[in-house]
Amino acid sequence: MSDVVTRLDVFKTYKLFVGGKFPRSESGRVYEVTDAKGQWLANAPLGTRKDTRDAVLAARAAVKGWSGTTAYNRGQVLYRVAEMLQGRREQFTAEVAAAEGLGAKKAAALVDQAIDRWVWYAGWTDKVSQIAGAANPVAGPFFNLSVPEPTGVVGIVAPQAGHGHSFLGLVSVLAPVIATGNTAVVAVAADAPLPALSLGEVLATSDVPGGVVNLVSGRTADLAPTLASHQDVNALDLAGAIAGEGPGAAASLEALAADTLKRVLRPAVDPSAQDWTLAPGTDRLLSFLETKTVWHPMGQ
Amino acid sequence: MSTLAAHAPGVAGGGLSDVAASEASLRRFLHGLPGVDAVGLEARAAALGTRSIKTTAKAFAIDLAISMIDLTTLEGADTVGKVRSLCIKGKHPDPTDPDTPQVAAICVYPDMVATAKAALAGTAVQVASVATAFPAGRAALPVKLADTADAVAAGADEIDMVIDRGAFLSGRYLEVFEEIRAVRQACERGDGTAAHLKVIFETGELQTYDNVRRASWLAMLAGADFIKTSTGKVAVNATPPVTLLMLEAVRDFKAATGTQIGVKPAGGIRTTKDAMKYLVMVNETLGDDWLSPNWFRFGASSLLNDLLMQRQKLRTGRYSGPDYVTVD
Repeated sequence: MSDVVTRLDVFKTYKLFVGGKFPRSESGRVYEVTDAKGQWLANAPLGTRKDTRDAVLAARAAVKGWSGTTAYNRGQVLYRVAEMLQGRREQFTAEVAAAEGLGAKKAAALVDQAIDRWVWYAGWTDKVSQIAGAANPVAGPFFNLSVPEPTGVVGIVAPQAGHGHSFLGLVSVLAPVIATGNTAVVAVAADAPLPALSLGEVLATSDVPGGVVNLVSGRTADLAPTLASHQDVNALDLAGAIAGEGPGAAASLEALAADTLKRVLRPAVDPSAQDWTLAPGTDRLLSFLETKTVWHPMGQ
Repeated sequence: MSTLAAHAPGVAGGGLSDVAASEASLRRFLHGLPGVDAVGLEARAAALGTRSIKTTAKAFAIDLAISMIDLTTLEGADTVGKVRSLCIKGKHPDPTDPDTPQVAAICVYPDMVATAKAALAGTAVQVASVATAFPAGRAALPVKLADTADAVAAGADEIDMVIDRGAFLSGRYLEVFEEIRAVRQACERGDGTAAHLKVIFETGELQTYDNVRRASWLAMLAGADFIKTSTGKVAVNATPPVTLLMLEAVRDFKAATGTQIGVKPAGGIRTTKDAMKYLVMVNETLGDDWLSPNWFRFGASSLLNDLLMQRQKLRTGRYSGPDYVTVD
């Protein structure tokens, strides 16, 4: 026996994030996640259709509370998320570098940008009604007001390609959805799930109520069609739909979503050419809102 | 049941007729019932809850469960409008699919019986009314009997009475027995027919499984048509082990006397999965004879929506959500 005791590494068990908890997949299965060069990084839970349905239940249950909080309060909570992200900067940098095959410097720049983008969306929570709502002029002694309200449960197929997709891309699609008071079920990128699953740990420790964000890793061809056909999902963001044909591809998901009258945000024409570092604009913020118009008699 | 065999030597009903002759004989009989193996009971109930029921069997079970529901509203805030809308839901649980079966009954407080009866006129849906100072049962006997007679006069088809848990727990079994007898008489309509009597034990307050077994036998001897677990108003309501225990008591009572008694678990049954576990228990313990709304009921309110959502999923292939069923 050697006198030198070699220390064994403690590997992290990545788990799903559903309803504020960290369950393993209902299937009990995992799949191997590799870095850009094919080296093993970790095992990620192989989420199933059942896991996705559980996540939708959790997201539905969270709608009332989250959409009911004041916009100011939502902004504070999201800012708190950014604070927590800042504290975990090194971890996310390592995960992004491995997932996208980047050097440490470039990965760190992407993480910084993701945190800044989160802060940017946090600022929008109490300003979105100013640009999406209106006091409408009418020919009568009434007020006529249009106010934007959250759509409800939004299914997100997280970006799977493009510069910065693994974390900055995820933040760019997730933050605008929850900033406006929706809750989200995210089918995270199948090949690069680790930054997303770590984001779950950040959300769990930053005042975001359980169920507002649910992160499920697994095969996109299993998870995305479940979201698209589920009647209790109100809208669908197809940013990471599989290229080409078949289950999980944008066209088939849109067809499923049409059956249940969902609002759908289509993916970019060429997702792999998408640069997530570009300034986002308010498009995604305004995509998952419904306008409520009320007539208010002035009491004459 | 060796103890029973001593009391009932092969004659249907015969050996049990004098059991309630006196407080002492009733106590001797109830305390002579074999003790319940709690660990075995819970293990058996848990094992029966693991069956996987899919596709056509699931569709059958969902429809059966819907047809067994006593759709219940027992709130202080119940209004005529709420009871009417519940009746409409009972008649047409899923307006998008006319093939959906109707529920078994609408369960309301006595003052709402007339409203429910009018709303359900011309349908096979029964009106059940709780009575006897539900849910606590803390009132004098004449008050309880008047409560019951009132509900029957208003047209209730079924009466859900609560036993006096205080008397039962202090060992005054004959008092409980006589009270059930008296309520049973109050259920008679005067034309030779009588409202069906369901006896609620409030098992969450009976402390032990042995007490549940004793209460089951006591109520069946006293002439209950149904035995029911709970009011739904206390912390612990119907659980699978308690229901299994009552199903076994019903089975043994049929073997001893030839009389078939129904069972109704109530409270806390909210999901299709729960309902299926109960149906499996009924089938495995009592068999086909009890798999009908005449002999098995669910006391529930939110269960119906979950059953309807599962039914829609089987019909359309899409997972449904609470937006697609009524709120109440």
